[in-house]
Amino acid sequence: MTVATVDGQVVLEAVKKAVKEHGATIDELIPILNDVNRALGYLPAQALEEISRQLRVPKSQLFAVSSFYSMFSTKPRGRHIIQFCESAPCHVVGGRQVWQSLLDILDLESGETSSDGKWTLVTTSCLGVCGVGPVFIIDDDIYGNVAPGQVAEILARYS
Amino acid sequence: MKTYRAMVLVSGDSQSMERGAQQVYAKLEEEIAAFGLQDEISLSMVIDIGRHDATPLVIVYPDAVIYGPIAPENVHTLVDEHLYKGRIAAGLQAPLKEMTGRIAWLSARKGTLPAEQRIVLERAGLIDPESVEDYIINDGYQALGKVLAEMTPADVIAELEKSGLRGRGGAGFPTGLKWKFVAKTTADQKYVICNADESEPGTFKDRLILEGDPHSIIEAMTIAGYAVGASEGYIYIRGEYSLAQERMHRAILKAQEMGFLGEHIFETDFNFKIHIHSGAGAYICGEETALIESIEGKPGVPRSRPPFPTTNGLWGKPTLVNNVETLANVPAIIRHGASWYHSFGTPSSPGTKVYTMLGNINVTGVVEVPMGITLREIITIYAKGMKKGSSFKLAQTGGSSGSVIPTSLQDTPMDFDSFGKAGVALGSGALLICDEDTCVVDLARVLVNFFRVESCGKCGPCRIGSQRAYEILTSITEGQGTLKDLDTLLELSSNMAIMSNCGLGQTAGTPMADILKYFRAEVEAHIRLKVCPAGVCTMKPHLHIEKVFEPTGTIAKQ
Repeated sequence: MTVATVDGQVVLEAVKKAVKEHGATIDELIPILNDVNRALGYLPAQALEEISRQLRVPKSQLFAVSSFYSMFSTKPRGRHIIQFCESAPCHVVGGRQVWQSLLDILDLESGETSSDGKWTLVTTSCLGVCGVGPVFIIDDDIYGNVAPGQVAEILARYS
Repeated sequence: MKTYRAMVLVSGDSQSMERGAQQVYAKLEEEIAAFGLQDEISLSMVIDIGRHDATPLVIVYPDAVIYGPIAPENVHTLVDEHLYKGRIAAGLQAPLKEMTGRIAWLSARKGTLPAEQRIVLERAGLIDPESVEDYIINDGYQALGKVLAEMTPADVIAELEKSGLRGRGGAGFPTGLKWKFVAKTTADQKYVICNADESEPGTFKDRLILEGDPHSIIEAMTIAGYAVGASEGYIYIRGEYSLAQERMHRAILKAQEMGFLGEHIFETDFNFKIHIHSGAGAYICGEETALIESIEGKPGVPRSRPPFPTTNGLWGKPTLVNNVETLANVPAIIRHGASWYHSFGTPSSPGTKVYTMLGNINVTGVVEVPMGITLREIITIYAKGMKKGSSFKLAQTGGSSGSVIPTSLQDTPMDFDSFGKAGVALGSGALLICDEDTCVVDLARVLVNFFRVESCGKCGPCRIGSQRAYEILTSITEGQGTLKDLDTLLELSSNMAIMSNCGLGQTAGTPMADILKYFRAEVEAHIRLKVCPAGVCTMKPHLHIEKVFEPTGTIAKQ
């Protein structure tokens, strides 16, 4: 299987753009990491080293921060990321059945990436759209009021 | 203020935007002008309207007709039929289903639903959040002007103390007192932070304020800066709220352009600037010292307190941290005065509270009502009752760190003191209303799992306690529990409450203590009879291997 790792030049470009946007100060560290993670899909070690150099922050701190926050990944992920809300409001209105249906269709466990590199399935805490639970997010698309029977059709929209 | 014959709203939530709401808006603008109706019809983009089955939506008032999904090519017919000829454009209406609370309150404007008392959500959904002019027409920046022209910082704080406003983030600390603590410190630099890291499960009130009325937060933060002597502020918005971040960013630029932010605000010597800081997916950053750590570019691990942020906050400087909903009350209090604010709610908890209603009820969504209303009133009046065929079993307040409210407490007034006396917590204002098909053990397991995942791991009681509690609760749902486990759960719960470093660990054990207090028979049925009375738990061992130590994002099945 192949999940593409990112080319060095692309990494440097992404870091440069994010640092320029936010400014090279320590209080902008998390916004910078957010941008880079979004642009590359994850935070390669090279990106962390480059940010460490530009912001004059120890590498240890960079690695601590990038492994602490759930929106950051230090490993490559699938082309599409499914975030399933596992908090109580979604749980009591049928979230368990939707989760089961996701597991059955994708044949993945939480946190895994499919062998063709298409899907990464993660559970997440509340996404703040509880009025329409059960909810999951694929990339930036929010799906609410999901019934277990709709899952296959929703997944089929992505290539 | 100009009056219009009709008002047209276009839904501007992220899903609608993706499906071309912007183009629909542009086309509406063009068509309305083509029919020469631009002086009679007001057109606005509003926030999330609450239904996502037919976006983008176009709603026409005063008729309250909902059209959707609308594509740019439908716009001509819509304008011609409804706005020009005055009849409903056949075939374009959204299907009549999945009505949620926010649709419900829109129709409340027509007098079909009991009215709410809106202070912090007064403008949200009615004005165009992208337009500073809309905000100004609707009394915006009046309070800031009044503060800078007529009031000293001490006056502002005195007014706030008199109003009795208490923090809406969950703890209910008197806001005026907190401001006073920061104001009386001396430092070369102080900070004001707006805590918009709303991540309590079931809570999305702050998102509605940020997305629907961003300028109210800018105004309130600037007033706070003046009152406590700070010249810089941060809004810490959780990473998942990208629309709120964009709106807030544009609102700040607009406010700077109009002179409500920046140097010499209202031609005075007062300067104030606001930065936006995005979170990155960590519930714990809602805790104020963890939030400060996060702004400083570190993992969001709470500090030991004291010292409190009011004296040693961001970069060690005195820092005022307030929740979004708390701040949103401030301009209204300044405009109308403390005694006006006292006319709402109960004597010890004046004002209103925004609740998000969720679960097995007919209308889910958000309401803003005076403090002191009871849970029964919320369910029967605003939520329009339990879903057909189900009856009320319990409510869970304030997201995960709230309490379980059994039927016996549903007539307790919901304010800080009455709830405190009853031994339950109001929390952040989420009301997860569950029917008899909810198993209390399963619910507690889900709640504790949340804390287990979100614990930062700094202190042992929380890190180990939440893991151990989760394991025990799981074994009970699998029919493997023993009566001794229940004693262990109570012990864990009280130890975590006493020994944890921050609010997360201190409240993480509440759900299990609550279910044992109110629903012990149901829990014991799982153990003594090996039966789940609600029929939710599998009651047999699950053949799963917990991959607790495997980091997320690993690549499996190569």
